[in-house]
Amino acid sequence: MTRIELNRITKRYPGCVANRDVSLSVDGGEIHALLGENGAGKSTLMKIIYGVVKPDAGDLFWEGEHVEIRGAGHARGLGIGMVFQHFSLFETLTVAENIALSLPASEVGSMDTLKARITEVSVRYGMRLDPDRTVHSLSIGEQQRVEIVRCLLQNVKLLILDEPTSVLTPQEVETLFATLHQLAAEGCSILFISHKLDEVIALCDRATILRAGQVTGECVPEQVSVEELARMMVGDETPLSENYSKKDGGEILLECRKLNYRPEDPFASALQAISLQLKAGEILGIAGVAGNGQEELMRLISGEETSAADTVVLNGRSIGKDGPAKRRAQGLCVVPEERLGRGAVADMSLENNALLTAYQSGLVSGNGWLNLGQIRKFTQRILSRFNVKAEGSLAQAKSLSGGNLQKFILGREILQQPRVLICSHPTWGVDIGAAILIRHALIELRDQGAAVLMVSEDIDELFMICDRLCGICDGRLSPVRKTGDLSINELGQWMAGQFDVESELSDSITDSNSIEEQAL
Amino acid sequence: MDADLIINILYATLRTGTPLLLIALGELVCEKSGVLNLGQEGMVLMGAVTGFMAAVVSGSLFTGVLVAVLCGIGMALLFGFLAITLVSNQVATGLALTIFGGGLSAFLGSSYVGIGIEGFTPWELPLLSEVPVLGKIFFSHDPLVYVSWILFIAVYWCFRSSRAGLIIRAVGENPEAANALGMRVFLVRYAAVAFGGAMAGLAGAYLSLAYTPLWTEGMSAGRGWIALALVVFASWRPERVLLGAYLFGAASILHLVLQGLGFEASPNLLAMLPYVATILVLMLIANDAIKARLNTPFALGKPFRPQL
Repeated sequence: MTRIELNRITKRYPGCVANRDVSLSVDGGEIHALLGENGAGKSTLMKIIYGVVKPDAGDLFWEGEHVEIRGAGHARGLGIGMVFQHFSLFETLTVAENIALSLPASEVGSMDTLKARITEVSVRYGMRLDPDRTVHSLSIGEQQRVEIVRCLLQNVKLLILDEPTSVLTPQEVETLFATLHQLAAEGCSILFISHKLDEVIALCDRATILRAGQVTGECVPEQVSVEELARMMVGDETPLSENYSKKDGGEILLECRKLNYRPEDPFASALQAISLQLKAGEILGIAGVAGNGQEELMRLISGEETSAADTVVLNGRSIGKDGPAKRRAQGLCVVPEERLGRGAVADMSLENNALLTAYQSGLVSGNGWLNLGQIRKFTQRILSRFNVKAEGSLAQAKSLSGGNLQKFILGREILQQPRVLICSHPTWGVDIGAAILIRHALIELRDQGAAVLMVSEDIDELFMICDRLCGICDGRLSPVRKTGDLSINELGQWMAGQFDVESELSDSITDSNSIEEQAL
Repeated sequence: MDADLIINILYATLRTGTPLLLIALGELVCEKSGVLNLGQEGMVLMGAVTGFMAAVVSGSLFTGVLVAVLCGIGMALLFGFLAITLVSNQVATGLALTIFGGGLSAFLGSSYVGIGIEGFTPWELPLLSEVPVLGKIFFSHDPLVYVSWILFIAVYWCFRSSRAGLIIRAVGENPEAANALGMRVFLVRYAAVAFGGAMAGLAGAYLSLAYTPLWTEGMSAGRGWIALALVVFASWRPERVLLGAYLFGAASILHLVLQGLGFEASPNLLAMLPYVATILVLMLIANDAIKARLNTPFALGKPFRPQL
């Protein structure tokens, strides 16, 4: 039986059409994928189903009956639950309080019975949750569980998940998929929004593909190849094959020498004697599951945190005590993990955001005046070169979708032609086309002789573009090895902490000796 | 000091702390919903003058209180219309409300200056007021003091264990998420702002009909501002607001007593005592950063525009 059916839905925004004549139907107990790149109109379509956005034209049928969804409350009343990409949780409230708020007052009952129900549902679907914890103390994966459990308690018949895996570790993804399969088996329909092809193939019964607001195909993912799916998603112009040559680096540009770090924040990771050398003309990848110290390491290298002077060496100069501005002046550029907040200021225009880090590259005149023309030109170069979809260079940073903002931030750093670029998760949450663009840009930067250090959880990507690889676990760095000499298995073991630190030290010593010999 | 003096000091402490408690509780609810209303001072003055005028004209103190409360609500709704519906800057709008209230109250009350009325007299609660010592301190007050206690308990209970309190906190922390869950953000914020106005109006009535039953221009004497600071330093917790309000009351009385006893110090320095003491004590109990963060309404002062 058809649970929901959309018939020729159209939604226009000033300047663009988010959805044009989109039709799609989901059966009871079906896991249906909505596949498309960033900006293809997936999120708008979901918001229309959830009643948050009103369509300009088109019809919606719920269990065979024509309905007009008046708002989120109405949608929930029908049995539609939605897990947003950005969670709608209240951080200072407890799990139970958050869930109580989303249920109708008559259903909450006493707090104790609600807690018991939360525990029961979370155990039944394999998503452990403590109802008394405050949400801000939960990991992102756990916060997502709160969202899902919240929907489940409302007896949903259609669960919409907007890019649910983009924030999860591989293990968490597996747990989530198991839960979704169990739900579908019990008759709940699931609408799974994603741009990750392998996930859609692994999970979904059917898929509808959107491109630029229009449906470009419908298929059973199991019966088509990854290439066919990708082609429907990105169109004919974008190249899909990716083969990158590997290179040996030249002289050492950036070095960490027995870098230790004791965080003040009890939730951050400590670093123990991190030593690594980054060479000109290479991409060095650090693989690790989030929360093992990579974020702290990036901050120490970027200068957000300082350390003893000679523990970080850039271009032969000890910079451990220098702040970010001094390090940037010496050609070190940074792409942080958090896009809004650290990579860009949400309420400022793209031009001002460009100015924030690129002011040293000719955007400010010698006596301190802003060179507005240059700033605009520079921003527009970022937008066109990196194919950033935005309403011009004066658009607010927060108006960009995640992937487009990532392209903007990366573009801003790359166009400053850094000697050393360090970046966290460069293609995180970015669609295929954009990811390819970003990888090409990184390779190009490398070929121009810059050194690139990249932290990622995406092992496939690391193997694809990195020249040397290592793993990080519990604040310790594994040995570094050439990508060609390393198996995925071995890297996995390194990420799990199975490596010998002693060998790493001796490795790096012999390594630096040999370099010195070469230099002599 | 003899026992009677101490009893009198404590009695006066509660009286002096009451207007602050009322204003601060109202502002607390308002800020918990994410709206920063700096118009307290203006609303208190307007409450005081309209309450006084109504009492003089009608001859009924309760009519005066009712009018003061309604006037406070009216002022608050005006603020709400500007700051919530028209999304004007909350700080600027609140300041304007204070200046507006100050001027308008002086204008309205000009012919009432110097008129004296019989204000609220203490209600000695049966039985309770006969308890030695405690009876005199706690149960021989005018009715508005008892009302302030009832309201304190209501606000405390609301945030501790009611769904309404949860909704107000949710709206003040993340209005976008609250909206997505189908809560009516505007309605909640209007209600909270109106409650704040009602409390400020009530505090005004307390000043002009109970504390010192007369009208003088600017008689709130900055209490609206102190209440604002009190809410912040009490990290938005009702029980600490209560403590802070009475602490301020005690220190205000103490500096009069000290002067009376011929204590050798500049009266100006002594007059600072209540302000310094209150803020110091509240700062000391609120030094846990994580807990303070948990109580602070995250969206405080940020306007909410619903997505189209």
